[in-house]
Amino acid sequence: MAEYAPLPDVQTLHGTPPIGPTPEGGEVQVIASGWKLALREFLDNRLAVVGALVLIFFVLFCFVGPLVYHTNQTLTNPLITDLPPGGGHPLGTDENGFDELGRIMVGGQTALEVGFLASFIATVVGTLYGSIAGLAGGIVDNVLMRFVDILLSIPFLLIVLVLATKYSATVLEEALILGSFSWLVPARLVRGEVLTLRERDFVYAARVMGSRRSRLVVRHLIPNALSVVIVNVTFQIADAILALAYLGFLGFGLQYPSVSWGDMLGNAQNYVSEGYWWLVYPVGGCLVAVVLACNLIGDALRDAFDVRLRRR
Amino acid sequence: MPPALEVTDLSTHIKLSRAVVQAVGNVDLRIDEGETLGLVGESGCGKSMLGLSILGLLPNGGRIVGGSIKAGGRELVGLPERELRRIRGNEVAMIFQDSLSSLNPTKTIGEQVSEPVRLHRGASRREALERALEVLELVGLPQPRERLRDYPHQLSGGLRQRVMIAIALSCEPKVLIADEPTTALDVTIQAQILSVLDGLRERLGMATLLVTHDMGVVAGRTSRINVMYAGRLVETAPTERLFSAMRHPYTQALLASIPRLESDNTRALVSIPGIPPDLTKPPSGCRFASRCPRATRQCAEQEPPLSGDDPSHRFACWHPVDGPEIRTPTIAVRERSAAALRAASSTNGHHLLEVVDAVREYPVTAGTLMRRRVNSVKAVSGVSIHLDVGETLGLVGESGCGKTTLGKMIVGVEKPDAGRILLNGAEVFRLRGRSLRRVRRDLQMMFQDPYASLDPRMRVQAILREPLVIQDVGSRRDQDRRVRGLLDEVGLPANALERYPHEFSGGQRQRIALARAVILEPKVMVADEPVSALDVSIRSQVLNLMKRLQAEHGMASIVISHDLAVVKYLSDRIGVMYLGKLVEIGTGDQIYRTPAHPYTEALIRTIPLPDPVAERSKSDVGIRGELPSPVNPPSGCRFRTRCPRAQSRCSEEEPLLRPFGHGHMAACHFPLQPPAEGNGAGGAVAAAPDVSGAAEAAT
Repeated sequence: MAEYAPLPDVQTLHGTPPIGPTPEGGEVQVIASGWKLALREFLDNRLAVVGALVLIFFVLFCFVGPLVYHTNQTLTNPLITDLPPGGGHPLGTDENGFDELGRIMVGGQTALEVGFLASFIATVVGTLYGSIAGLAGGIVDNVLMRFVDILLSIPFLLIVLVLATKYSATVLEEALILGSFSWLVPARLVRGEVLTLRERDFVYAARVMGSRRSRLVVRHLIPNALSVVIVNVTFQIADAILALAYLGFLGFGLQYPSVSWGDMLGNAQNYVSEGYWWLVYPVGGCLVAVVLACNLIGDALRDAFDVRLRRR
Repeated sequence: MPPALEVTDLSTHIKLSRAVVQAVGNVDLRIDEGETLGLVGESGCGKSMLGLSILGLLPNGGRIVGGSIKAGGRELVGLPERELRRIRGNEVAMIFQDSLSSLNPTKTIGEQVSEPVRLHRGASRREALERALEVLELVGLPQPRERLRDYPHQLSGGLRQRVMIAIALSCEPKVLIADEPTTALDVTIQAQILSVLDGLRERLGMATLLVTHDMGVVAGRTSRINVMYAGRLVETAPTERLFSAMRHPYTQALLASIPRLESDNTRALVSIPGIPPDLTKPPSGCRFASRCPRATRQCAEQEPPLSGDDPSHRFACWHPVDGPEIRTPTIAVRERSAAALRAASSTNGHHLLEVVDAVREYPVTAGTLMRRRVNSVKAVSGVSIHLDVGETLGLVGESGCGKTTLGKMIVGVEKPDAGRILLNGAEVFRLRGRSLRRVRRDLQMMFQDPYASLDPRMRVQAILREPLVIQDVGSRRDQDRRVRGLLDEVGLPANALERYPHEFSGGQRQRIALARAVILEPKVMVADEPVSALDVSIRSQVLNLMKRLQAEHGMASIVISHDLAVVKYLSDRIGVMYLGKLVEIGTGDQIYRTPAHPYTEALIRTIPLPDPVAERSKSDVGIRGELPSPVNPPSGCRFRTRCPRAQSRCSEEEPLLRPFGHGHMAACHFPLQPPAEGNGAGGAVAAAPDVSGAAEAAT
């Protein structure tokens, strides 16, 4: 860090007028980049690190786990239905005779896939929509944002339930449906951010240079609004996973043989009264753990990106 | 009798997540009752932390690691929080810099001023309000009874600062700490607030610690001054002595680097090279050594103690100087190049830039659904100026006078509602698309806040290349070469290219911003408050650099600032603006030596001078009252509400610009000197062109 220029000898010092030993503009102190500072702050947050580890564990558990722990998840086996944990089935079996541990892995795959995909769709659509509305301002902004207000006031569950009575969906369809309802929040966030950013001097500076609007959006507004977006992504993932669980629970599940944690919980409710706890607690615990991990990461990212909270 | 406040060997550290800032190191100070002590230093030198240490209000991670603070003989260091609370606001009070963020926006003025009285004196609500009224009157708040129910946002900055002072005084503290009490205010308001503080000290006999970066503010109002640099006290002396016989090279250079109205603007300012040290790793020797022209090995290795033959004048330096006799800088800034002047005369009759009757009004709307336009903020009302090749025009005025809006209109980011802006005779706002983009190459702007004007997510290389990329100038290799060349020209090392803006100090960022504005070789550069966010020692570096670049690149510029000395240093001609109007325009010397408009004259008089004798001899505060609202500006002459010479004619008839000499014009019915002959009120418009022609001849 701050290196001081070596002092010249006494003679040269008194020979040279005001221009001192340091260069005219002074040395440049090498500080970590903004992203590195944010990463450092993030790593300082113990809970966030735990959250990140939990999330990494579940990704490995769901996607690598089935390669190690082979189970039958396609053919029902009436001989081994509703077995309690033990024997060859560490977490028992469900009403179709599927191994519960293996099923949690498969269900987790879809949960994470839908979660990431839906939040990706929501973020991309929302960021573009919000930044265009924010930069355009005036009537365009008004029309775009009132449309968002209208969509936000439509009861999302109601629509999905109507759909649920008729169809079941694939992972992609489910992600599209969830994404199409959840881009509204990032759109509002980004618009708000862009509204403040566009009045900043560096945006004025780019306009003075003759920058086109597209360049303003791509080079200046979106990169600077990115921290807000990144924080939102983690909450979006958590929300999408939860929403998928609700939908599964309410019957708008995935097409057989796909399964999600929500479907599993939905089925399990029929057997809770019979004391089949292994159908509820493990999968419920996984769901809570993943959602909590996403939220912890989101909180920590928010703190890490917030300059006001950063202590350097 | 013990002194009102005595600080001995105080050290304060602030713990960050990975480093410890040694903010204050071994500082001693002492204030007697009724005395005002000045504490001067640049930002980051620890002066505010010293003030906060005294009150026990250090930020998170801050801790007093040694020394003692005695208020009226009582030790404050190590006192439990409950005891400290009893002292804060009661025996020791503080006035903060930013009155808008220091006042609670959801509580009325009355509640906030009476709060300390209720807390410390146990007064009832009614008694406390009575007391609040009393102190508000004391600090000169007009119609205090009506203001009691107002909220902070309803008051102007100057009035809010008065309220802040009232809060601090409500319990009659023995010690008052004023931390940059006037930094956020305009000069005219600053003079008022300082005289309020002065009067109060005389009346209440409290000890005051006046913390500031401005040598002019402390010059006339303190009996002693302590100078801090990088967490250390480097010099302490009686005020006159400090200004006339300082011993520390830092004090000497700091004083010399302030641009002054009377100084010759063809010479470079004295500047202190480099930037202050990083206090998380302070150098082991003298902290000023790396920037000091007199530094030797001893300075780099051993820290000089605060010593001196005279106990009242002590300094920490191995090789002290004798008084302010710094070498007059021999490097005269190159005279405005003859080539530029030749070019000026060859531009077949029209000026390089011409603003004709520009008007900009921001609508004030009412209603939520149907936005009705009920009124408008008259930011700029019919201003005409012109600029020739290679010339620099300064614009001065208080905040809200429309100078920034005018600057933004000139570079084309704000559109005038009426009037024309012509570049080389072509109207900028008639252009569209490609030709508009081409014209932008000739009009560049430098912004006030070096922290806001550079995109925090771009590296310096990308920032400097951006104008070239947008304007599609040269190949990638040419662009890189130009970026490197310019970076060198503004005095930054080449390793700066890969760095992000937050890694630079304020002065370095302003250098980058300047490089960005110059890289397209514009014909006109508008610099909006280019140095007002910078520290004094950095300010002169940037001013010298601007002056050099102006001359070398031969561009014309418009320098906008509230600081007349800065404007006068950089400009050939100066325009004075008041509430959206141009009230006076002329060469720097005409404006400074023979002002015709009472506003100009008052503006000059209110500038605090870094000279105790001159500062003490000032008899009045200059302009009284506050800037009227630009939504409903006064009829006739807009300055009449604050003008000592105003008569009924001023409210009825708007004064036009009248000539007072070669290129010197002012808009006043009762000017301070008789106008040039042969011009009635109606003649001003007709006279304008040939007068400006004369100005060219004069320069």
